[in-house]
Amino acid sequence: MQLSTREFWTVLHGLGFGAIFLLAFAGGLAGLWSLRPELVTIEGIRERLGRLRWGTVVMAIMAWLTILSGTYIVYPWYRANVPTSPRSVLLADPTKKLWHTFGMEWKEHVGWLAGFLATAVAYIVIAYGPALVRKHNLRQAAITLFVLAFVAAGIAGLFGAFLNKLAPVQ
Amino acid sequence: MAGGAASRDEVREGPASAAVLSAGIGVFVTGLVTTLAEVSPPLKAALVWSDAVGPLSGKTGLGVIAWLAAWALLHLLWRRRDRNFSLVYRITLWLVTAGFLLTFPPVFEAFMAE
Repeated sequence: MQLSTREFWTVLHGLGFGAIFLLAFAGGLAGLWSLRPELVTIEGIRERLGRLRWGTVVMAIMAWLTILSGTYIVYPWYRANVPTSPRSVLLADPTKKLWHTFGMEWKEHVGWLAGFLATAVAYIVIAYGPALVRKHNLRQAAITLFVLAFVAAGIAGLFGAFLNKLAPVQ
Repeated sequence: MAGGAASRDEVREGPASAAVLSAGIGVFVTGLVTTLAEVSPPLKAALVWSDAVGPLSGKTGLGVIAWLAAWALLHLLWRRRDRNFSLVYRITLWLVTAGFLLTFPPVFEAFMAE
């Protein structure tokens, strides 16, 4: 039961920060969706808003931790210019080359989009709070951006899981 | 940048417009620079802000700078105003869609320099 430093950071990046972001999405979406006067009482809105504020802020922080740890800690190991790096291994095999040229190339860029979008959602929830119950347009925008952040993070996470299976960072 | 929107100015949508549009700008700039880096090898080389990370460091660095600069500026301009949020939101969705497409490998590789 041992993990190398590289394996530890890869796990923390994907199964730690990234998984927390993705798993918290359903709760955040339900919280935003149900923030409507016809669905909850004033007391219920107050209780929900507390969780929603914490939840969206933690999700934005997790998004940035996932992005930064992936880009500046794990990615340099992945792309190292040595024959044993995951990038070299994938490019050397014609049957696996596409996992880098399509999968990793998309993952390394699209994951960043989740950070911008999740931060905007957290700001709206923090700044407007109870006003979101009346402001249907703001709540709807927050829900859409939240879903788009999840899609971006989901694409990055899915390719990350496959890539780590095919050519793990070791 | 936080604060104030839910108290005295709680119905003012300017701060939300600034946050949403700046996120769209960050997404779009990241996508645009990703594609431009394939068009121009000198630009791609200039985007290597970190040797370990390669051009990804500059592409995403510019996206973050554009996002934060746009947010600070728009927040200052719109914090006490009621912008047309629906219009700002529609523009944001277009920017986000374009940004997503420009980070999609078949799209940016179509512009790859020979």
